[in-house]
Amino acid sequence: MNELMRRLLFLPEQASAYARQVDQLHYFVITVTMLGSAGVGAAVVWFAIRYRRRAEGDPTPHLSPRPYHEVLFIGGPLALFLLWFAIGYPLFVRLATPPKDALDVYVTGKKWMWKFAYPGGPNGVDVLHLPAGRPVRLLVTSRDVIHSLFLPDFRVKIDAVPGRYTQTWLQAEKPGRHDIFCAEYCGVGHSAMLGELVVLDPARFDEWLAETRRSPPLAAAQDFPQAGGDPAATLVEQGRRLAGAYGCLSCHTVDGTRHIGPTWLDLYLRNERLEDDTTVVADESYLTESMMLPRTKGVKGFQKVMPTFQGRIPGPEVAAIVEFIKSLRTDAVRPEPSKGPVYAPVPGFVPPEK
Amino acid sequence: MAPRGGAWSWLTTRDHKRIGIMYLVLTSAMLALGGFYAMAIRMELLTPGPTVMEAQTYNRMFTLHGVIMILLFMIPAIPGIFTNFFLPLMIGARDVAFPRLNLFSVYLYLAGALIAVYGMIQGGADTGWTFYTPYSTTTVTKVWPILLGGFTLGMASIVTGLNFIVTVHTLRAPGLTWMRLPLFVWSSYATSVIQVLATPVLGITLLLVAVENVFGFGVFDPARGGDPVLFQHLFWFYSHPAVYIMVLPAMGVVSEVLQAFARRNVFGYKAVAFSSLGIAFVGFFTWGHHLFTSGQSAVDAGIFGVLTMFVGVFTAIKVFNWTATLYRGSISFQTPFAYAIAFIFFVVFGGMTGVALATVALDVHWQDTYFVVAHFHFIMVGGTLTGFLAALHYWWPKMTGRMYSEKWGLVAAVFIFLGFNFTFVPQYLLGNAGMPRRYYSYPERFWALNVASSAGASVLAMGFVIVLAYLLLSLKYGPRAAANPWGSRGYEWMTPTPPPPENFLGQPTYPRPAHDYREAHPGQEGH
Repeated sequence: MNELMRRLLFLPEQASAYARQVDQLHYFVITVTMLGSAGVGAAVVWFAIRYRRRAEGDPTPHLSPRPYHEVLFIGGPLALFLLWFAIGYPLFVRLATPPKDALDVYVTGKKWMWKFAYPGGPNGVDVLHLPAGRPVRLLVTSRDVIHSLFLPDFRVKIDAVPGRYTQTWLQAEKPGRHDIFCAEYCGVGHSAMLGELVVLDPARFDEWLAETRRSPPLAAAQDFPQAGGDPAATLVEQGRRLAGAYGCLSCHTVDGTRHIGPTWLDLYLRNERLEDDTTVVADESYLTESMMLPRTKGVKGFQKVMPTFQGRIPGPEVAAIVEFIKSLRTDAVRPEPSKGPVYAPVPGFVPPEK
Repeated sequence: MAPRGGAWSWLTTRDHKRIGIMYLVLTSAMLALGGFYAMAIRMELLTPGPTVMEAQTYNRMFTLHGVIMILLFMIPAIPGIFTNFFLPLMIGARDVAFPRLNLFSVYLYLAGALIAVYGMIQGGADTGWTFYTPYSTTTVTKVWPILLGGFTLGMASIVTGLNFIVTVHTLRAPGLTWMRLPLFVWSSYATSVIQVLATPVLGITLLLVAVENVFGFGVFDPARGGDPVLFQHLFWFYSHPAVYIMVLPAMGVVSEVLQAFARRNVFGYKAVAFSSLGIAFVGFFTWGHHLFTSGQSAVDAGIFGVLTMFVGVFTAIKVFNWTATLYRGSISFQTPFAYAIAFIFFVVFGGMTGVALATVALDVHWQDTYFVVAHFHFIMVGGTLTGFLAALHYWWPKMTGRMYSEKWGLVAAVFIFLGFNFTFVPQYLLGNAGMPRRYYSYPERFWALNVASSAGASVLAMGFVIVLAYLLLSLKYGPRAAANPWGSRGYEWMTPTPPPPENFLGQPTYPRPAHDYREAHPGQEGH
């Protein structure tokens, strides 16, 4: 029955006990809704046929409701709606109160990727590893605009709001892979801000966690098939290989010489002048955007010949390439901490000096 | 309407009937523009990847679609056209209380529309019609003209609402007590109350976003010390009641049309009249249901969830009373009636899915997915459009003096009803499957349902093309309409067609309640 209704309603797989319970409410609510609209629709159509006009100028009776009509019209729907609420609200309260023994994972959304960090390390980009059978609390924030972490297989969603942490929790039942979407519109890359949840067997997860803590890049390595699959490589090294594999380096130099595209040397956090004479700080967001939509914010003085890599480079690889670009500095040391917001400020707006 | 006088006499008219016609022309043009954007969106979503436009173009399309349909069509259409034209006729007044202010509202509307169109030509905003901060305050697209346009349109809306409230209070004909007002007047009155009380909040909010975007104020952007969720509270404090600004007038239209075509007085006059006020009142306390996933506390979520359900209860009262109105009537299944029952269907299904969203736990999965898109298109768009079309067909003979083709009217109604369902039922399922809204590209498993939805949209568009064609043709070739072609006993039909400039030949009297079909009294039919 559950399986039949789930397929009829196009619902995704149920990856947690919570998802199954929410779906039960869903079936109940949607069945009543369809019966209700079909019932009212049938009554209207039946009346339209039964009481069709037979002669012009037929008088009709003047009918008014009695008190019990009103009570029925108000009480019926109210009782039904409150019943729905009585089932649905406790479920929400449960979702809003994570268990005390939950494993914490910090989630940061930014244009247009998800970053997952475990207390004490490691970090992952766009791929979230979790153990099966253990409650996990997700602490969610954003670095730029509002995003929303959406796990359809778990029926869970929570907004990532800049400047504050929101929380939700989930408990996966068995190992498997699940989609992560961004549900709050966040710009050009909104629909490409995809992530993946990999649920591991608890023992395997502990192993994975220990392994990745020992040699952090290992975590990222399995997400970079294009980079030649060297699991020992650092993120920067992965990025260097990816830049070669995707042909970036045939137009961008890494030694400061001018070529078809701007050089990558010292590009990170540089103020770039655009076609329309506005400037933009080449931060992670701008670099990502330039790979996905190279023609929207082209640097002045260069021809718009770069192809889009939207859909061609997965998120973790983008992160690796960005990391590689960040490593290309003449002094190799960042002169000062990044100032201000990570997204491009409004033209004409000068952030106050700290 | 008598087409006497040149363009100047129209541009400076203070006649509420001419102002209604001006709104009809302007809002219809905006409906066409918004519909064009809708078709562009559906075209783009035909394939999972890029289809006909770039991501940024797509973002601008759905933003403009929302802004135009909501601020330039659904909010002003029925009040601007039909309340303007028929409210004075229904209460035996010669005009609205402030005819000059009424004309001023048309120019405010036009100014707002022009500012927004300027913004579109400048590239248009990419924020979605909800303008969520800090995205909207940091985007480099031209968002300020759209915001300023919205601000100006809000002023037009306030002025119109104020005018109608004063008109109903002060200009009712002798003997026309509150409890005898036609139901369209009640729902228009409730609408006007929302317009006057809620719209100023939107105006302030839009202005703050524009100022923050252009001058870098820190009201909503946390990077400048602001609070992005504050924006959502302010925005929905207007924009949720705004849904009732759109759908309440349509409910009034349906009350009139059902009585006229079933030739029966409404079952439960007081229940239908007061439920309009109930919706207007409770509508102010439900805004928080847009924030269930924003980190809102569980207590707040519970309170907003329950309050939202009361809107459902008030709507259910109307639906049951409308259905009971058909019982033992003398029903003529003509075009306006067809739209009225389509309205009932959309409101029941769309409304109940709205209550489903208010159960909080289900909303967590559906929030910001296509389920929500389908829900508000059913209740708000389906409701407003069918109400608009019912009103347009029901009152067309009185407004233009011509009859349209009944056969084509019913054909178009079938196209629109089926097209609407084929467009939005797949979107409910897409939301269940987990497709977020405002997606430029999507995983392949969502493909089939998106194709189905786009196919439905083209049937829907076809319906509108047919409506436009036969209505325009009727202006030239349609037979001249009698004063009361439907045999309706609504008060607005007591005046000749076209209505004289001062609305009535002499002082009208109201010996019977509106829509009293107890006995044949052909005097009121006007044949």
